[in-house]
Amino acid sequence: MTTLDTTPAPVARGTTGSVTTHRAIPMSRIITTELRKMFDTRSGFWLMASIGILALLASAAVIAFSSDAGMTYSAFATAIGYPITVVLPIIAILSVTSEWSQRSGLTTFTLVPDRSRVIAAKAVACVGVAIATILLAFAVGALGNVVGTTIAGIEPVWDLTVSNMATIVLANVLGLLVGFMLGVVIRSSAGAIVGYFVYSFLLPTLSVLLASSQAWFRDLQPWMDFKYAQGTLIDGTVTIQQWEHLGVASVIWLLFPLTVGLAVVVRAEVK
Amino acid sequence: MITIESVSRTYGDFTAVDDVSFTAQPGRVTGFLGPNGAGKSTTMRIIVGLTQPTSGTATVAGRRYVDLPNPGLVVGVLLDASAQHTGRTGREILTIARRFMGLPRSRVEEMLALVSLTPQEASRRVRDYSLGMRQRLGIATALIGEPGVLILDEPANGLDPAGIRWMRGLLRDFADRGGTVLLSSHLLHEIEVIADDLVVIDNGRIVAQGAKSDLLRSAGSMLRALDRDVVAQALLDSGVTSTPVGTDGLLAHADTAKVGKIAFAAGAPLLELRPADGTGLEEMFLELTAQTQRDTTSDSQPEGAVA
Repeated sequence: MTTLDTTPAPVARGTTGSVTTHRAIPMSRIITTELRKMFDTRSGFWLMASIGILALLASAAVIAFSSDAGMTYSAFATAIGYPITVVLPIIAILSVTSEWSQRSGLTTFTLVPDRSRVIAAKAVACVGVAIATILLAFAVGALGNVVGTTIAGIEPVWDLTVSNMATIVLANVLGLLVGFMLGVVIRSSAGAIVGYFVYSFLLPTLSVLLASSQAWFRDLQPWMDFKYAQGTLIDGTVTIQQWEHLGVASVIWLLFPLTVGLAVVVRAEVK
Repeated sequence: MITIESVSRTYGDFTAVDDVSFTAQPGRVTGFLGPNGAGKSTTMRIIVGLTQPTSGTATVAGRRYVDLPNPGLVVGVLLDASAQHTGRTGREILTIARRFMGLPRSRVEEMLALVSLTPQEASRRVRDYSLGMRQRLGIATALIGEPGVLILDEPANGLDPAGIRWMRGLLRDFADRGGTVLLSSHLLHEIEVIADDLVVIDNGRIVAQGAKSDLLRSAGSMLRALDRDVVAQALLDSGVTSTPVGTDGLLAHADTAKVGKIAFAAGAPLLELRPADGTGLEEMFLELTAQTQRDTTSDSQPEGAVA
């Protein structure tokens, strides 16, 4: 089959085709195409651009309002990191839910009928975007630290260890995956975004309330409270037991619902 | 070639598609007809794997659709031209399809030219497209992989008369080159002009299928007579049923030669006698789709048309 024939053949050559000679669509091609789809709409573009804009604004705010003693690399990283932890999950949510809410899934799942490959490609693309974004944020923060301390006429303080930077990346990737999971489970943009705020604000509050009033939950909380377990990643030093807490909480709040959501997506009707 | 064998799909108690079997042959345009909600779109979604059948199998080019390694190169699909991310440009939507299929860049501009979308239009977002432009974009997406099979759901919707004529030529050419076309529409005239084979579905069941020429030949003759009651009686005496049409017209369920002989033998002057092809499809369609619940009146169905 001469599929790559470039001679202009305006209408199909009209054979039923020797299907067996077609090679399966490689995973790399699905990933790069899904990555492209995250940027090629106006909303997608501005969502990505907002990260850069917010990072610059946050750096400027630290330079403008921070005391000399407070102007450290971690102060910049924290200020820049906060908007990112909100925007990244939304990017992940929309990359999944737009296939349903915009109904483009009708084309996507017709061109790539194995839906689990599409979802996997989206997950890889989202994680790639998350890592690239946070590395960019670290770079902007470093720039801000140099510029800010130069303006203030003080020595820059580099108070983030490489391992802490790595755990911050991990925390953001987990946050993004929560958004991704909610997108797969709920498959509606508005619903998944509401779900994300329930997940990241309401549930942790309930968990704290429960732990303060119920003795039996107090010991369980580290294992059950996903946000609590993630908090240690931002702070830096993570003990073996905290890794265990994180692992258990991730299985409960991330892996399990994601598995259920995937099973539904693969079978669900696309309309 | 598209083959559907005993496909059914139920939603709870509701049977959307009920034991449907048919084939769409290479080199032919197969028109898929039915009233709204008859099961056309569900059947088409089952063919391309977007809906799982409750039972039965559908294959394209000898394989289940989901087993095709790169389906875009085998089957061009247009189920709903409006099902696109409205924030993407037309060119971008074609580019995504091109990338999934692994085609050279030049195909995008070729397809835009084929469906007469100008570079300016292609750079606009689909949100600002008319339905006709979305249909053209959908056709371009379906054809970009140079498939041998086309599956199109209501592709003429929103096209202007020139667009409809263009689409007709495109599909005819595609089939004449050996391609398989499965085309649904409720625009009976469109189907009548373009289709070689017909499949009629109602309430999820196939009520008629076969070559258009066979199905419509049995639809009979249209005549006008000075005294149509005399002609109608003479026809009935020869075992030919007929239906009054207009003030002096009659739709007889036999070919023109037979009707002419009967009228001549009865000495009844005719004002007009012609094959009832124009009204045939509409007549047939309305009869067939109104009758699924009352099989007792099936005597007026075209001979040999009932599946």
